[in-house]
Amino acid sequence: MSQSWLLKNGRIIDPRNGVDRQGDLLVVNGAVAGPGEAATDGVREIDVQGCWIVPGLIDMHVHLREPGEEYKEDIVSGTRAAAAGGFTAVACMPNTRPVNDGMAVTILILQRARDGFARVYPVGAISKSSRGESLAEFADMKAAGVVALSDDGRPVRDSQLMRRALEYAGDYDLRVISHSEEKALGRHGVMNEGAVSTRLGLMGIPTAAESIMVYRDIALAEYTGRPVHIAHVSTIMSLDLIRAAKARGVRVTAETAPHYFTLTDEAVAGYNTNAKMNPPLRSEPDRLAVCEALADGTLDAVATDHAPHSTLEKEVEFDLAANGIIGLETSVPLTLALVRQGLIDEKRFVELLSVNPAGILGVAGGSLAAGVPADLTIIDPALEFDYTQDTVVSRSRNSPFLGWRLQGRAVLTMVDGRVMYDLHQRCEQHSS
Amino acid sequence: MNSGKTMTTGCHFSHKHILGIEHLSAEHIDHILQTAESFKEISGRSIKKVPTLRGRTIVNLFFEPSTRTRLSFEIAAKRMSADTFNISASTSSATKGETLIDTARNISAMHPDIIIIRHSCSGTPEMLTRYVRASVINAGDGTHEHPSQGLLDMMTVREHKGRLDGLKVTIIGDILHSRVAHSDIIGFTRMGSRVFVYGPATLIPVGLEKLGAVVCGSLEEAVRDADVVMTLRIQKERQSDPLLPTFREYAQNYGVTREVMALARNDALVMHPGPINRGVELMPDVADSSQSVILDQATNGVAVRMALLYLVMGNT
Repeated sequence: MSQSWLLKNGRIIDPRNGVDRQGDLLVVNGAVAGPGEAATDGVREIDVQGCWIVPGLIDMHVHLREPGEEYKEDIVSGTRAAAAGGFTAVACMPNTRPVNDGMAVTILILQRARDGFARVYPVGAISKSSRGESLAEFADMKAAGVVALSDDGRPVRDSQLMRRALEYAGDYDLRVISHSEEKALGRHGVMNEGAVSTRLGLMGIPTAAESIMVYRDIALAEYTGRPVHIAHVSTIMSLDLIRAAKARGVRVTAETAPHYFTLTDEAVAGYNTNAKMNPPLRSEPDRLAVCEALADGTLDAVATDHAPHSTLEKEVEFDLAANGIIGLETSVPLTLALVRQGLIDEKRFVELLSVNPAGILGVAGGSLAAGVPADLTIIDPALEFDYTQDTVVSRSRNSPFLGWRLQGRAVLTMVDGRVMYDLHQRCEQHSS
Repeated sequence: MNSGKTMTTGCHFSHKHILGIEHLSAEHIDHILQTAESFKEISGRSIKKVPTLRGRTIVNLFFEPSTRTRLSFEIAAKRMSADTFNISASTSSATKGETLIDTARNISAMHPDIIIIRHSCSGTPEMLTRYVRASVINAGDGTHEHPSQGLLDMMTVREHKGRLDGLKVTIIGDILHSRVAHSDIIGFTRMGSRVFVYGPATLIPVGLEKLGAVVCGSLEEAVRDADVVMTLRIQKERQSDPLLPTFREYAQNYGVTREVMALARNDALVMHPGPINRGVELMPDVADSSQSVILDQATNGVAVRMALLYLVMGNT
């Protein structure tokens, strides 16, 4: 039986239940207590004055690298980083070695996750080995515990396969998460195509490489009537397509990552391999459009695309460096920056990072209603900190935000009422 | 010191590395060109050697095949009495062994004074500066820059025209893959020339005007009244990217012929960084005409590289 907690003097922001109030939240036996429920003996009190109490944050797009590339990250280290970043759950992409395209790998991931610091929701592959040739066994994987399907990183090229995936996945209530990219257009590209790539002499990936496939995926979702989720949206044109599709009732949802609303392709200057990812950092107009789309509902979620790589993949020539950056520990402060800038409000912040990811994946969470498991995050929105090599919790350190002074972070993360991260170590002091 | 020509500028040259023209101010470009002009005479002597860099160690680290640039740097170094060493390395993924950084650190541990690097990946010289103590000179990186070529082009034009300011410099061909074009566009623009480029749309990179170039809509617009017409080497395809149907069609529509040159000023210079595809981007009679300064480019390359070696060693 887990510990009971009384979280005192916080600002409870729970948009799914229409709550935004100052007050206390009681956690009894790992669940959020109901209104009449009394504190039992042995309840520990924590004063969270000045902090927000929100439903546990869910990062619906991460790479945990296990099995196969544990030198970059594994499920324990990755979920430790997640908890430190305020996430109580993560959905991990299937591009492990071997690819999570069947029950065996799914079971292994879930088994390893028992020692983790956050809930792990495996995403299964759309195609066998993510080769884009034939469908993986969706039913089997669903039975084993996958919550969605994606060939992230190796986008489905064959439109017929994508259509069949949407149809068949619908039979098992699995959302298809599309990495929408026409690879031929950016075949030699290593960054966004534009004035900056020309200046740096780096081959470009045009914005059309993304929007062409976003349109294809929308067209297939519209035609089949099945839902599709577009991963890491980065361009104006993609957002316009999604906005228009939503307006005519197509079942499309979409996410972006903090780097797309924080940085532009100028961050590549100096050939910084920690600014290399796919899709690439885009231009300032694209960045502004992403911010706008987060506010107006075109984008449903913020997901980090946490992609750990070691120095072996990153301390090399820019052309040869691997794509991707870590993101779990910087998502909260970077998204809070949008709140401070007045682009989104606190309620929207919680929707983007908790309510909507839970809804899209069809998993529990995103709510602090009485009786739900106490997955919650306590955020100090004012707390400033230096994000440096030495403070990174993830096993890898490939972040373009190293050296940044950030504001706002999770100070306490609970899963099922159990403390997974406790910045100020107040919980330990209580128990000793 | 018999290299000791009097420098006419009071410029304080503070660059330890030469990574690209983009990092050089007009004043510094001018200073390099003046230094090169003063060194040029050494190559005309019967004994082509000055002791200026005696005892200095220079490593030519070439990850890409090169004939003229490497030879030019080596001749420049030897005429300055430096000790030079050539390393040809492969970057193909098939021969992945030691990382570039390990190679660089090992070379650095042997205390060279200057590392001259050519690499197929843009930005590699800049990356190298983070791992070595030596001065780094970029001898061409990917499609980024080829600063010594840009400088020798400016030197050659200035030698013939007496100035760079106000000239119309036209560059025709594969701008997309040309580090020479990038260095020339930045350099000539910075020195007051107007740079016009022309080529098939497949070979014109996005946002080129941000570097200062005017992208022309026709060959005629590009060449009319030009003071300099520079053509670039054409490749039909690169890495499975279909850029052009045929050389024949390119030559007919973009090749610089006598008729095309007639649009330019009568005293216009014909330039090419080499190697030339004769009959494709440049017709042989134009390449060999009295307007051609292509061989002057090669001669001046040695002088420019002598100047760069001299200046990065802290001499002004």
